[in-house]
Amino acid sequence: MKEHIVSSYENELRDLTRKVAEMGGRAERLVADSVAALLKRDTELAERVIVQDKAVDALQREIEEDSIAMIARRQPLATDLREIVSALRVAGDLERIGDLAKNTAKRALALDGEYRAQKQLRGVEHMSEIAIEQLKAVLDAYSNHDDARAIEVWKRDGEIDAIYTSLFRELLTYMMEDPRHITLCTHLLFAAKNIERIGDHATNIAETVHYLVIGEQLSDERPKSDTSSLTKMSTSR
Amino acid sequence: MNSIAVRATADDIPITREKLSIRGLSFFYGDSKALHGINLKLHERQVSALIGPSGCGKSTLLRILNRIYALYPNQRAEGEVLLDGENILRPDQDVNFLRAKVGMVFQKPTPFPMSIYENIAFGVRLYENLSRAEMDDRVEHALTKAALWEEAKDRLGTSALGLSGGQQQRLCIARTIAVKPEVILLDEPTSALDPISTAKVEDLIDELKRDFTIVIVTHNMQQAARVADRTAFLYLGNLIEEGPTSMMFNNPKDRRTLDYITGRFG
Repeated sequence: MKEHIVSSYENELRDLTRKVAEMGGRAERLVADSVAALLKRDTELAERVIVQDKAVDALQREIEEDSIAMIARRQPLATDLREIVSALRVAGDLERIGDLAKNTAKRALALDGEYRAQKQLRGVEHMSEIAIEQLKAVLDAYSNHDDARAIEVWKRDGEIDAIYTSLFRELLTYMMEDPRHITLCTHLLFAAKNIERIGDHATNIAETVHYLVIGEQLSDERPKSDTSSLTKMSTSR
Repeated sequence: MNSIAVRATADDIPITREKLSIRGLSFFYGDSKALHGINLKLHERQVSALIGPSGCGKSTLLRILNRIYALYPNQRAEGEVLLDGENILRPDQDVNFLRAKVGMVFQKPTPFPMSIYENIAFGVRLYENLSRAEMDDRVEHALTKAALWEEAKDRLGTSALGLSGGQQQRLCIARTIAVKPEVILLDEPTSALDPISTAKVEDLIDELKRDFTIVIVTHNMQQAARVADRTAFLYLGNLIEEGPTSMMFNNPKDRRTLDYITGRFG
């Protein structure tokens, strides 16, 4: 694409997308670290995640201020307008992803010293691997303006939802089997929910990438596979 | 989840009748060709904006629609411009009649050096023979339509040259309306006005499109985005792209349109 006649506008736009990319990298790192902290009982790492989330929040504020200033000053149209609106939206999703990672890290701290069994962690680990893959893929799609890749991410979110639903049942079963598992499994459930939400934000970003590249909103209702809110379990045997 | 099922490029502009239909229109200033086979439809009771860089032919196109170019030697048009199905370029077209039907407002306000009242009555007298009372009504109606009545009603007998630039431009619009045209051509009507007067003229355009077909040439992209239902982009004498304004400014199909509206030209 040709450059703008006003070179400072060009620089501002470049700066904006660079900040979103940086924010994406940081958020991705927080998610990976928070899950690692949970799985490996690494309280130091968990504490680092909590501190580093502040940098993600700060980036979001910066991106928001820059975007508003550009809309006011440059009155952007077409691709430029979409670039700025997308930066605003993606930054919002990344900020939430950072918060969710922070919450997972806090749970890792809460579980310090608690009884835990490796098998109960496996489901969370598997789910987080997919979520991190999704997040990576969608951030790549954003940087490269790759609509096809974004749509792949968008379609794949059902997988995370399905794992979450089965994990929910699994953890409930552990809790019923042995009440000593309740603290651990409750925290794990919330951690799993955090990861499931991260997957949702990744699909939000995928929708934004589609809008950014094509100029139209993705209008189909995405298939939802998280049915855990409908799950019942009878306690009377 | 924000799976937003929103309008994409589909538009909710009501479909109205074709008022002007431009077919294979070329235009020459002497030997140099300024327009190359333009095809464009302009719809009744809609605002159509013509945009493009200086020298692209948008003002030339506007000047053909009421044949004002015919005032100058060595300028000629080829092709057809149908107004309600009648070709206005045919040699036996009565241009005075045409210009009453297709009014024009220019970039700079052009009040006559006479009273506010006479500025409006003057044109009306060319076409109609009205009684004093009828003329008073016509002047009031035109000034009201042009959102100038409240400001001008107590000074109708004073010189129009005493009005501010914005008021003068609205007077010119009133003068155009007074002869009951069907189409109004606006050639950068606010480029010489301050923001408040510009806002008033834009508000007026919204009001006027209920009754008239409006064609506006503007260099101000945001203005086109604000006032126009449809927008046409011209470049080097060619019509590059035409469509609903929201589509043209959000998601134009042609790279040249995109480069122009986002300030990437040259």
